[in-house]
Amino acid sequence: MLAKALAIGIGSLTPAFAIGWIGSKAMESIGRNPESANKILVPMLLACAFAEAVAIYALVIAFSIK
Amino acid sequence: MIVNNSENSVEGEATNTQVAETADASRAGESKNEIVTEHTLFAEPIGHIGSFPVTNSLLNSWLVVLIVIIFGLAIRNKIKLIPRGLQNGLEMVVEAFLNVFDGVTGSRAKSLKFAPLVLSFFFFVLLNNWLGTFPGVGSIGQVVQHGHEKIFIPFFRGGTADLNTTLALAIIGVVASHIFGVMTLGLWNHFNKFINLKAFLEIPKKIRKDPMIIFVNPIKAFVGLIEVVGEVAKVASLSFRLFGNIFAGEVLLASMSAIMAWGMPIPFMFLEVIVGLIQALIFAILILIYLTINTTAEEH
Repeated sequence: MLAKALAIGIGSLTPAFAIGWIGSKAMESIGRNPESANKILVPMLLACAFAEAVAIYALVIAFSIK
Repeated sequence: MIVNNSENSVEGEATNTQVAETADASRAGESKNEIVTEHTLFAEPIGHIGSFPVTNSLLNSWLVVLIVIIFGLAIRNKIKLIPRGLQNGLEMVVEAFLNVFDGVTGSRAKSLKFAPLVLSFFFFVLLNNWLGTFPGVGSIGQVVQHGHEKIFIPFFRGGTADLNTTLALAIIGVVASHIFGVMTLGLWNHFNKFINLKAFLEIPKKIRKDPMIIFVNPIKAFVGLIEVVGEVAKVASLSFRLFGNIFAGEVLLASMSAIMAWGMPIPFMFLEVIVGLIQALIFAILILIYLTINTTAEEH
């Protein structure tokens, strides 16, 4: 039980930071140039999905530990 | 324990993420009459065609295929040169997609070449994700006796919540990118991106002009081998990303319903709709990126 909790707990620390950083950089650049909001949206979502994928790997491991 | 499906995902064991009822039941000691509802990592078979087990997520995938075919056949004869209504809307959607694809591939001709495959992926994954949150999916089913416990098996379940589906889609995408690469660059060039025989064959030719080549080219060959591992990683990451997101969404909705079924799942349903859309988009764009990388010639 502890292993499941630790797997998902520790495994989602770094992706959370990463997504926050990506979001903050995106907000910053939209703030400097509001016209580019649409152009930034898709690459930002792409980067977020990559970062999230690592958390998902941890989640799958947490589900498969007995 | 549910009997193992022969094509299982991770380890060959069932993982039960049990909803609150079963925990209460076993504590109360009346477990013989409680019906167990759990979300297993693999999909449960609900029937057999010959000796092929038909699982509930397979049924959902077939439903999605049926929807796409019916929709396509219905619109097909009504396409006019000046679009109105639904056709107008769909043309706007396709135009927006082609613009996004242009950002990745760099040329409209290439986008048009890859668009059928990539858009098929997008719509298939999107419809599967959204059908997983449909009312009736996951709640209409039958109670089956396994050993001494009764288990509830739904008739329908999200297609992409099954690792088999996502793995199949990822393999199709990556193999397609290789096939396109061979078709565009030719077998020798494409092969040399991974097992770099050209590097070894160049050594005797160029060793007089540039003696360092005897050290550099074996390294180039080794880097090519690492690319092969990268391909396997692509398949794994594509499939697990989609599977994990949708499966976790299912479990989340079930847990929220267990806490308070009237009203609590509403914001999570919105979340699932958005996550389904984003994951479908990510899947399609990643396949497009892999296709583009494989069909561009190597620059020095």
